[in-house]
Amino acid sequence: MNATSLRLQDHLNRRIFMGRSTAALSSIAMASLMEGRAQAAPVFPNFAPKAKRVIYLFQSGAPSQMDLFDPKPQMEKYRGQDLPASIRQGQRLTTMTSGQKSFPVAPSMFKFNRHGKSGTVLSELMPYIGTVADELCVVRSMFTEAINHDPAITFCQTGSQLAGRPSIGSWLGYGLGSMNQDLPAYVVLTSFGTGRKEDQPLYDRLWSSGFLPTQHQGVKFRNAGDPVLYLSNPEGLNRGLRRQMLDELSALNEADHAQGGDPETLTRIAQYEMAFRMQTSVPDLVDTSKESQAVLDMYGPDVHKPGTYAANCLLARRLAERDVRCIQLFHMGWDHHGGLPNAIRGQCSDTDQATAGLIKDLKQRGLLDDTLIVWGGEFGRTIYSQGTLTETNYGRDHHPRCFSLFLAGAGVNKGTTYGETDDYCYNIVRDGVHVHDLNATIMHLMGVDHERLTYRFQGRDYRLTDIHGTVVKGLLA
Amino acid sequence: MILRPPTYLFLLLISLASAGAAERVQFNRDVRPILSDKCFHCHGPDDKKREAGLRLDVRAEALKKGESGSTAIVPGKPDLSAVIERITTTSTDDIMPPAKMHKAVTKAEIELLQRWIAEGAEYQGHWAFEPVRAPQVPQVAGAAMPVDAFIRQQLQKQGLAPSPEADKATLIRRVTLDLVGLPPTPEDVRAFVADTSPQAFEALVDRLLASQQYGEHMARQWLDFARFADSNGFQTDSSRSMWPWRDWVIRAFNDNLPYDQFTVQQIAGDLLPNAAQDQVIATGFNRNHRINGEGGIIAEEWRIENIIDRVETTSFTWLGLTLNCCRCHDHKYDPFTQKDFYSLFAFFNNVEESGTIQGASNRSGGNSVPFLKVTSAEQKAKLDALQAAANAATKAVRTAEKDLPKLVAAWEPTLADSKQVAKSAWQRLEPESVTSKFGATLTRQADGSYLAGGKNPPKDVYVFDAAMPADGASAFLLECFPDPSLPNQSLGRHPNGNFVLSDFDVFVQKPGGKPEKQVVAKASADYSQKGYEIGGVVDKKSGRGWAIDGPTKRDPRRAMFVLKTPLPPQAGAKLLLRLRHEAITSHNIGRFRLSWAAADAGEVKLDGDTSLAEIKLIAAIPAAKRTPDQVKRLHTFFRANVESPLRAADQALAAASSALTTFEDTLPTTMVMKEAATPRDAFVLTRGEYDKPAAKVTMATPAVLPPMPKGAPLNRLGLAQWLVAPENPLTARVWVNRAWERFFGNGLCKTTENLGSQAEYPLHPELLDWLAAEFMRSGWDMKAMMKLIVMSQTYRQSSAVTPAMVAMDPENRLLARGPRFRLTGEVVRDQALALGGLLVPKIGGPSVRPYMPEGVWDETSKYGDLRGYKADAGDGLYRRTLYTIWKRTAAPPTMMLFDAPTREICTVKRSRTNTPLQALALLNEVTFVEAARGLAQLMIQKGGTTPEERLRYGYLRATSHELEPAAMAVLLKGLKERLAWYAAHPEDATKLVSQGQSKPAEGIAVPELAAYCTTASVLMNLDRVVTRQ
Repeated sequence: MNATSLRLQDHLNRRIFMGRSTAALSSIAMASLMEGRAQAAPVFPNFAPKAKRVIYLFQSGAPSQMDLFDPKPQMEKYRGQDLPASIRQGQRLTTMTSGQKSFPVAPSMFKFNRHGKSGTVLSELMPYIGTVADELCVVRSMFTEAINHDPAITFCQTGSQLAGRPSIGSWLGYGLGSMNQDLPAYVVLTSFGTGRKEDQPLYDRLWSSGFLPTQHQGVKFRNAGDPVLYLSNPEGLNRGLRRQMLDELSALNEADHAQGGDPETLTRIAQYEMAFRMQTSVPDLVDTSKESQAVLDMYGPDVHKPGTYAANCLLARRLAERDVRCIQLFHMGWDHHGGLPNAIRGQCSDTDQATAGLIKDLKQRGLLDDTLIVWGGEFGRTIYSQGTLTETNYGRDHHPRCFSLFLAGAGVNKGTTYGETDDYCYNIVRDGVHVHDLNATIMHLMGVDHERLTYRFQGRDYRLTDIHGTVVKGLLA
Repeated sequence: MILRPPTYLFLLLISLASAGAAERVQFNRDVRPILSDKCFHCHGPDDKKREAGLRLDVRAEALKKGESGSTAIVPGKPDLSAVIERITTTSTDDIMPPAKMHKAVTKAEIELLQRWIAEGAEYQGHWAFEPVRAPQVPQVAGAAMPVDAFIRQQLQKQGLAPSPEADKATLIRRVTLDLVGLPPTPEDVRAFVADTSPQAFEALVDRLLASQQYGEHMARQWLDFARFADSNGFQTDSSRSMWPWRDWVIRAFNDNLPYDQFTVQQIAGDLLPNAAQDQVIATGFNRNHRINGEGGIIAEEWRIENIIDRVETTSFTWLGLTLNCCRCHDHKYDPFTQKDFYSLFAFFNNVEESGTIQGASNRSGGNSVPFLKVTSAEQKAKLDALQAAANAATKAVRTAEKDLPKLVAAWEPTLADSKQVAKSAWQRLEPESVTSKFGATLTRQADGSYLAGGKNPPKDVYVFDAAMPADGASAFLLECFPDPSLPNQSLGRHPNGNFVLSDFDVFVQKPGGKPEKQVVAKASADYSQKGYEIGGVVDKKSGRGWAIDGPTKRDPRRAMFVLKTPLPPQAGAKLLLRLRHEAITSHNIGRFRLSWAAADAGEVKLDGDTSLAEIKLIAAIPAAKRTPDQVKRLHTFFRANVESPLRAADQALAAASSALTTFEDTLPTTMVMKEAATPRDAFVLTRGEYDKPAAKVTMATPAVLPPMPKGAPLNRLGLAQWLVAPENPLTARVWVNRAWERFFGNGLCKTTENLGSQAEYPLHPELLDWLAAEFMRSGWDMKAMMKLIVMSQTYRQSSAVTPAMVAMDPENRLLARGPRFRLTGEVVRDQALALGGLLVPKIGGPSVRPYMPEGVWDETSKYGDLRGYKADAGDGLYRRTLYTIWKRTAAPPTMMLFDAPTREICTVKRSRTNTPLQALALLNEVTFVEAARGLAQLMIQKGGTTPEERLRYGYLRATSHELEPAAMAVLLKGLKERLAWYAAHPEDATKLVSQGQSKPAEGIAVPELAAYCTTASVLMNLDRVVTRQ
């Protein structure tokens, strides 16, 4: 498949044209071609989008919902008592705790406070996020299917626990296209946490384009060296010489095109010119030297250390300014099986101020009006302690049946808290939001009907939400 | 970043092979695609989701009167057919397909369906499930070969003429890149252009097919199918060794193993009678899937996933079927059931495997059972010799053993002097007190060991005080034992059964003195967990200590601590031993015993006997009164500790065995399939979930396809034989269709990944069938088929195209011109190495580590053993790309930019995209910069003396073509300017030519080399160089 046909295939697959590829066309002849033209106007976005772009702050490892968003003060009186069977309902556990003799209830040791006009309740671990509480829509009733990290993160990102499907950013880039000429449509930034310094790995697959054409894969910016792979000319070769070389390359390619006639050759020329532009647009993007002290202070002291969550939040704002469609941060280190209190303090100090700073910074620039923010992980954690429970220490195992996250920005029902879990923060009692529902809602805010953004692969029309997902109206403004 | 096509491109799609107004509508070509896509989802094979009881994929069903009283299809009467009514109605409630499906039927499709019903609504079986029969080759003037006859017949229908043959330089470059994945050398090109004989092209093709690089190039794609990688995938993604399987694939292609055997050996080589090593290695195909080792996973869930992966990969690879859909439900489009899926599952379900990677090997890497030790002929000979030596040593021991009673009797009187007789023996250290510093209980056991109980303090210290032994002491032995009372019935007190000993402190307290700390000079252990070696107990900087993989290994362990200065005997002196567990919380030893030895440091042995005290008691018993068990102990002690001819024989045996094991440990292993004695039960799994078994199933092939061949065994071997049985309608079609795609960019049926009902109806169905029949007729001869395709005039056409032709047939489906498309990432890199004279042509062996960006494995993971990527020195940098180490969660970045899959799952078709990131890689990645310098050197050394000659040579090397004057002028101007620039900036020149590990050639002025390097880079980035045309 050459690039031309691939692009055609893209469009065919996007249903812009007609249901099937050339074979079906073959039997339909000119009449249908005219029909095709009539339908050639882009169908995405399907309706006026609320958000032009999304910044998805993925908290990898699964933050503990009852220590951050979903207070259960009533658990104090059950401290150390076994989780009732009526609550567990025989649901499966990981083999890290399924052998435990008891499941002692571990109440959170952190205080919760009300914030802002909305009175949104947040843990004392998030004082800065508290200052933007009125911008948030906290969801306490998220749930998922996977119980281990790898499949669970893959599920959030691609709608499937197994490898091979396109990630949400790839879908958005594929469906909506790029909004700029010299940056990727989907950029990924990663950082290690201080809560658990070694945990947990991420995988290329999380931003992979799966079966979508490879150009839609997320471009992971690197934290050291060139932010984009191979961006810099080799040492000893300056930009003037590079320009000269590209001019020669274009001249020879154009001559070949005059003879050979393949449109692909013109694409090749454009490809090199775009690369040349990126050699200035990317350094300009990552050069934060002109940011004011006041702005830097909003993100907190870590903003000066490349590769930290705070530094990545600042980059996220700069990417948003440059109209990158999907910006995704992955912050590792939220997997707190043991020593949770200390570890979660570390994670929150990494993320609290920077997240709030990002929201405020976007707001003061008017970007929050058309930027969607998502903050959350892949599942929740258990109310019972993994390992020994003491006054000052406990751990929590994986818990897929409920967890919390928040949205902010464009089109979001801000200053609200959605959904409810039971007293043990174990099961959802009201307004459950499945991962597919969240993804459908994100796409909806981006102006895409998640049921219509499909891609024909192996004979089947695939979509991010598989055959599930409902837009959650309660999360929308 | 997407290069968006202009809208006019949509106009370019045209009717290629249509049912003209006068031609009869054909079900498979014209109707099935519509019904399959728009109707079968609810009115197709899946009876659980069938709406209104209506089934449209079977004619008899479609013609029946339905639940509503109307009839879906009335042959000859479109107006009476409910199907037409429902797709044309204006009622939004009744319209089919329902609006929510977003699959509206177009006007043209409606007309086709109407015509088809009017013409009698004849059905055809799905073309790909019909038996393969060679169709009549059409007679077409000027078409010498069947391939050309089929293609030209179609062209004539369209009123098109084929393109002329490509020029010879283009041809040799095209066919060389296609068959061996490397560019031809200038010498190859010149020889071929000069050879005017009619057989020149055929001779070239034969030479390429016979070259060893052919197998490498063919293997590359097979590795995508097989999801081959050097890591286990998933979260930890530690290393594995499957390269012996990869080398088997290369050999199989080079030896032209017929595709039926190629298939049988990979699916079931282990089940062949007297299977040879190579045939067993081949079964690694179905062990190349990922294996999960994440903490807390449920093993059965992942064993099931692995088997499902085998079913899916096998069906994608051989059958071109999307059986994966049947994991959860009957297929929506194809006549396959969920039961079919799990019946295939049953074939792969009987391997003795856990489905996960357990414990330490998850982090440290390695192969999971079952695996095979792989030997070359030379290694096999050495292995046999070592085995023979071990056998001989065993025999010698048997002979010497006969003297044992005599030897023991002679020795017994000397037993009193323990220091002399058993230098390496350990004597139990009897304590005066043993306590836990932080409140655990330590209880003495019958064997003299101490068992910890009660509370498990975070970082306990065991305090062990004893009198100085009568002989003094030079070393101490710590023995640790498993105990049923300990977590996981293992050796440590942590909930997972592990311990970490951080320090072993020895103090001596002389009477009236203070405790004096002794220096432990050396520590050794019979086993250490990776990363927690015994040396860490002595080395205070390690911050760790000694652990023993308690979660997975429950064997007794011993560690020996040798003092720097032996302690002399001293009456009244005390030995104060402290066992500290301060590295990791709650990792305290569970049960232990301490012994001492006084022999010289060189003579104490970790495996020395610990039963001297007991032996002395036995020796005190008159010989006649000893029990058989006591006699045995005495003998055992003697053999292990006292010099004698028998001990010499024992030692010789130990040495021979150790030589054998040591050598065996150097042999590579590769994972293979191996059937367990009893097959596991298999079940349909409701919604595909591991913990929801429904009806039991047995091994069986899908019901709608021809049955297994007569006499085929009901196991994987039978399944393999069924795949390649002549009656199987899919295997040959799938293979030839993909072979066609390899040479022409598209398959004859474009959906090479799926030949099911949703597949494209082939543009040249007769040619596809003819090729499939020919493939089987040839005895599944892959090289013969490659040759047959590339020898065709169709393949040899010029790829030059006019705007009108692009408009007419943008994807070149009709093949009125030669194929032209971008090279794969692997070929792009291999070609650069070849053009730069850097390629190291070695075939096979362990995977290598070429340049990769700093931190490539570490930016997103601190797990597993694949971390801290370091490029090889020397050859490993310049091997062909299929040997590059492949870590699935962080795959080689340049390859990812060029559309390579992550190899986590089977991929039978890659996309082919153009992005600016690719351009940046080809311009700036060190491999390509170094290769450009290599090309520059060759231009200077081999091209001639003038810039013109050198440019001509470089261009020829890169493109196989002579440089045209206009292009020469462009290149010359740039080269001269940069020659001047680098002459004025020698320090920049030095920087540019110093890229990469190889040294720039001596004797070339650095500024000159730098300037040529830039021009060589221009040449290597030309569209015609990264493209095969």
